[in-house]
Amino acid sequence: MDILPILATLRRHKVILWLLMLEIALSCAIVCNGVFLIVQRVQHMGMPSGVAEHELVQIQQAPIAVPSDRYARAQEDLATLRQVPGVQAVGMTNQVPFGGFSSNGNVMLSPTQPHRTLSAAEYFGENLIQTFGLRLLSGRTFEPDDYVNADTVIKSLADGSGKDFPMPTIISSALAERLWPGQSPLGKMFWLAPKANFRVVGVVATLARANAYKTTTAQYSLIAPLRMGADKDQNYLIRTQPRDRQRVMVAAVAALKRADPTRVITHARTYDEIRNDYFKDDHAMAGMLVSVILAVLLVTGLGIVGLASFWVAQRRKQIGIRRALGATRADILRYFQTENFLIVTLGIMAGMALAYGLSLWLMLHYELPRLPLFYLPAGALALWAIGQMAVLGPALRAAAVPPVVATRSV
Amino acid sequence: MLAYYLGLALRSLKRNPVLTGLMVLAIALGIGASMTTLTVLYVLSGDPLPGRSADIYYPQIDPRDMNGYQPGGEPADQVTWIDGMNLLRAHRADRQALMTGGSVPIQPTQANLDAFYADARYTTADFFPMFEVPFEYGTAWTAADDEHRARVAVISRKLNDKLFGGQDSVGRTININDADLRIIGVLDAWRPDPHFYDLYQGTYGEQEDVFVPLSTSRDLKLAHNGSTDCWGNGAPSQDKLEQAPCTWLQFWVQLDTPAQATAYKAFLVHYSQEQKTLGRFQRPPNVRLRDVMQWLDFRKAVPDDVRLQTWLAFGFLLVCLVNTVGLMLAKFLRRSGEIGVRRALGAARRAVFEQLLVEAGLVGVAGGVGGLLLAQLGLWLVRRQPADYAKLAYLDPVMLLVTFALAIGATLVAGLLPAWRACRVTPALQLKS
Repeated sequence: MDILPILATLRRHKVILWLLMLEIALSCAIVCNGVFLIVQRVQHMGMPSGVAEHELVQIQQAPIAVPSDRYARAQEDLATLRQVPGVQAVGMTNQVPFGGFSSNGNVMLSPTQPHRTLSAAEYFGENLIQTFGLRLLSGRTFEPDDYVNADTVIKSLADGSGKDFPMPTIISSALAERLWPGQSPLGKMFWLAPKANFRVVGVVATLARANAYKTTTAQYSLIAPLRMGADKDQNYLIRTQPRDRQRVMVAAVAALKRADPTRVITHARTYDEIRNDYFKDDHAMAGMLVSVILAVLLVTGLGIVGLASFWVAQRRKQIGIRRALGATRADILRYFQTENFLIVTLGIMAGMALAYGLSLWLMLHYELPRLPLFYLPAGALALWAIGQMAVLGPALRAAAVPPVVATRSV
Repeated sequence: MLAYYLGLALRSLKRNPVLTGLMVLAIALGIGASMTTLTVLYVLSGDPLPGRSADIYYPQIDPRDMNGYQPGGEPADQVTWIDGMNLLRAHRADRQALMTGGSVPIQPTQANLDAFYADARYTTADFFPMFEVPFEYGTAWTAADDEHRARVAVISRKLNDKLFGGQDSVGRTININDADLRIIGVLDAWRPDPHFYDLYQGTYGEQEDVFVPLSTSRDLKLAHNGSTDCWGNGAPSQDKLEQAPCTWLQFWVQLDTPAQATAYKAFLVHYSQEQKTLGRFQRPPNVRLRDVMQWLDFRKAVPDDVRLQTWLAFGFLLVCLVNTVGLMLAKFLRRSGEIGVRRALGAARRAVFEQLLVEAGLVGVAGGVGGLLLAQLGLWLVRRQPADYAKLAYLDPVMLLVTFALAIGATLVAGLLPAWRACRVTPALQLKS
């Protein structure tokens, strides 16, 4: 196919050519960055929690009349929950991964450090490793003697005695690797306050934070063996078979209500619900991005259809002359397809630069990484395909112009 | 003349229904998408205290220790109990209120209602006059009630409907956390969005149901919710928060003139200096005095996603407009013959230009109507989303006007280039063929 005649023709329709190029360049920039944003969201939504997601139920309760001994009440409740048929393990925690409500501490590698090393999620509670289903990589889990009541610790911190410290702790492998790269973390020490030091006794593979919004810091977590009272902010955790979750949840709520009829059950949900709830905004945003990208491609496609139709109508006579001079239908079809390919290619070249510029602007204003370069050819392929599909109809119509048109005057 | 142009435009648009349809569709899609996102952005960046937000300020001071100190950093977001009380008692502003949020158990006396938890605000008396909170029944409490830890409560209209069927419940009691409080006021509908005075409880669609004097809440050991930021060996134990080195309260003041605001800022610096001399503060004085809108802006109350969506939608509108320019150019140039005849018969270039712009404007009106319908559909979709701001997404008269202005304005701009190109056709050339 000879490209030169096409270029010569395009030179006579500069304005429309520029408009088409501009539209394709804009679409290319929006589609490339949009798809990248979607991939980011999908990756974020797939963030691992480290827990046995399909086997967990969370129950939050709040007493109306505060029990005289909140710690004894918590132990009674845990015993009650263990009795529920189908329950495999029961635990208690102050937060759950992706639960939204978070408790975090500033980790320091020496008690006199002027700035924190990092912020990490502090998981407090009982029997967490087993109930969450965390994978222990090295060291040991907590033993019964390790546990201390939370109030005792708060008091010893406030009066500065530092009793109960150093306390054993189990940390996530991501935190271990960040604090002591390449070394064994077992036996190492860190501080959460000048008087509050912790000695690492175990490492679990993964445990995400409750408010994990940044991938780099999402897995910085530590677990301390603190016994918590039956307060309204604490969570009872139940591990069970995936198919038993609903039944166990209903039975557990009923058992807790039987033990104290006045208490309010503020939350009772499966872990799957917690995850869906946490990522619902990302889900909605990804949906919105998909619709915008589809709409951009649709409008661009329709624009190409409209302009190609106009060109075909305008050139009916010339097409007729070419046909009369011996051009086949395939020649005419190929002419318009090649012309579209050239225009889209020009648009894509400008679009790639624009996409990159847009990505830089987004990086400046939103916390986003740079657009990986392989998105550019992917966007180009999409636009080439849209262009060829859009031009096919008008091009077929052009190919159908009979040679006799050449002999008629308008 | 306009009527004539309109007639011509209608006839011309009818001649190519597909091309016209494509143009209207492109404009409608672009306008629909951008107005949907713009409305959400507009609703979310709204002023929660119209007409008063510029006089309401959020003082910030820095009571933390030197750990993590960086010169030029931001002071603490909230205040400690000691500083809050000191600033409150200093009475340097026209009005001032110290507050925090919580969630309280309520035990209804009615047998048919189960006990439940309600969101609560523990605050000092100026909260109500300062934020001009409307009352349906009764009144707010006074500074004397704060002083005497009075067992009183103000409840929301929603809670009053739930507990007392919407009747005047002033004088009745409500059982909160096992204590009986006398209801002295019932609020009228009041929902400042964003929930500016305490963004830690969620930014949009939040409203407390129970208001209790701050002093009373500490007496009754009502649990505090929201952000608690501690330093040193401090740990947030609920009943010792008064002494703990933790910030957990919000402090708001009303300052009616800029001169007062300047003076108040100087007072905050002076106070910080004084506390440093006393040894309570370790950091050099670092204060901020932001008004409501500045505070919301600083705390980035409007979610980044919403801004990103708006940019995206306007990018889409741009694509739609470029598309329309192309289609309109094609449409006008196709009528070069007709335009040539009009020009030859004596129509000025200007007249042809005007005629073509009227046609563009007509496309704009049609696109605006379509865009409005699509925006309503879009907002309906937004309201079905789970985000906490979703329920606020409604089109108001201002945005309705903006929709049409944007649609017609954008289409006219899009029509400029095609109309200019078309009115420059040479009549002689067109008449020859």
